[in-house]
Amino acid sequence: MKSCLIVDDSKVVRMVARKILEGFNFDIAEAEDGQKALDHCRASMPDAVLLDWNMPVMSGIEFLRALRAMDVADQPVVVFCTTENDMKHIQDAIQAGANEYIMKPFDSEIIQSKFTQVGLI
Amino acid sequence: MNPSDFELIAGLLKQRSGLVLTPDKGYLLESRLSSVARRWDFKSFEEMVQSIRAKRDEKLLSEITEAMTTNESFFFRDTKPFDQFRDLVLPHLLTARAAKRSFRIWSAACSTGQEPYSLAMLLKEAESKLAGWRIEIIATDLSNEVLDKAKEGLYTQFEAQRGLPITLLMKYFTQAGDHWQISPELRKMITFKTFNLLESPASLGQFDVIFLRNVLIYFDPPTKGKILEGMSRQLASDGFLYLGGAETVLGVSDKFKPKQGQRGIYELSQTEGALAAAS
Ligand SMILES: C[S@@+](CC[C@H](N)C(=O)[O-])C[C@H]1O[C@@H](n2cnc3c(N)ncnc32)[C@H](O)[C@@H]1O
Repeated sequence: MKSCLIVDDSKVVRMVARKILEGFNFDIAEAEDGQKALDHCRASMPDAVLLDWNMPVMSGIEFLRALRAMDVADQPVVVFCTTENDMKHIQDAIQAGANEYIMKPFDSEIIQSKFTQVGLI
Repeated sequence: MNPSDFELIAGLLKQRSGLVLTPDKGYLLESRLSSVARRWDFKSFEEMVQSIRAKRDEKLLSEITEAMTTNESFFFRDTKPFDQFRDLVLPHLLTARAAKRSFRIWSAACSTGQEPYSLAMLLKEAESKLAGWRIEIIATDLSNEVLDKAKEGLYTQFEAQRGLPITLLMKYFTQAGDHWQISPELRKMITFKTFNLLESPASLGQFDVIFLRNVLIYFDPPTKGKILEGMSRQLASDGFLYLGGAETVLGVSDKFKPKQGQRGIYELSQTEGALAAAS
């Protein structure tokens, strides 16, 4: 079973994403900001991260840069999932090392399609 | 719904597009056609049917036929067929067509364009190998409404995410308000045309690859057989026919056989060479 860390400051979004991803057999952990996500990754590295952009304490892009700078054998696959939907944000995310990018609102089919493309499903 | 109303409309649909509707689909007729009735200022579905009984208005009948088509599509639908195109079909054509440096692809029920645009993106990605080649993509559909949308290449954020990898979105689309538009460069690669699969495809010429995906499912076996027979005459002897995941030639037409080890791809059962050898 693959593990996925869902990082979003909205409890509702985390719950919706959890439901969808559990349907695809992921073992789910949650974090409500980038800092908590980073702490989680230091303790146990997930296979995948579903990542919001705008969050208190530490944003998604800051988390991603810190994550990619970590010296670990197995970097997780990171899929952004955010309301930021302009080309500039998308480019910044990919440049910082994101593997895929979902523009909210999302549904199960979009998650499935994006996770399939990056080889998680 | 009145059974004779159902019969009349179902009969017209079968004749005009091949669509087979069983009587339990009366609700579908009524729900999809009530908006057509409203647009034409009929008070009800029944009144529209009455008017059709009196006079067959060609424009109204086309609108009804278009309204009953199912147009769902997405980029790189089912992934695998497009991987096969990149890894098997394209390499084959690069060798087999090296002398004339050209080939033709037909997307035969292209709906809103995601299928031909997915192919265009794959070709663009393989550009370095295709310098000097002339590649035609003909994309056809019965419905002018979907063709107009396909030509514009304008997709909602939702559509732009279904099946489309983000790197390809970044490369080939621009943002237009809350929509995404495919680049003029890709739009130029495709010729969109109205074409009814019930007609003879002879005028469209010969093709090396035919995508006929997720449309045969709506037809009865004789119609499927006839369409496949027509396609067999337009396909190059070493050409590839793609069907949708729920479709097959087995028991429908003996003109094609599944390509071994390549799900979803079919080839001509007897090439001219084999025919000549047999005689
Ligand atoms: C479900 S879509 C398939 C789109 C695309 N090939 C795919 O696989 O995603 C089916 C399309 O077939 C078209 N269609 C239905 N009957 C047709 C006919 N008789 N001739 C041409 N197109 C037809 C519809 O208008 C619709 O756009």
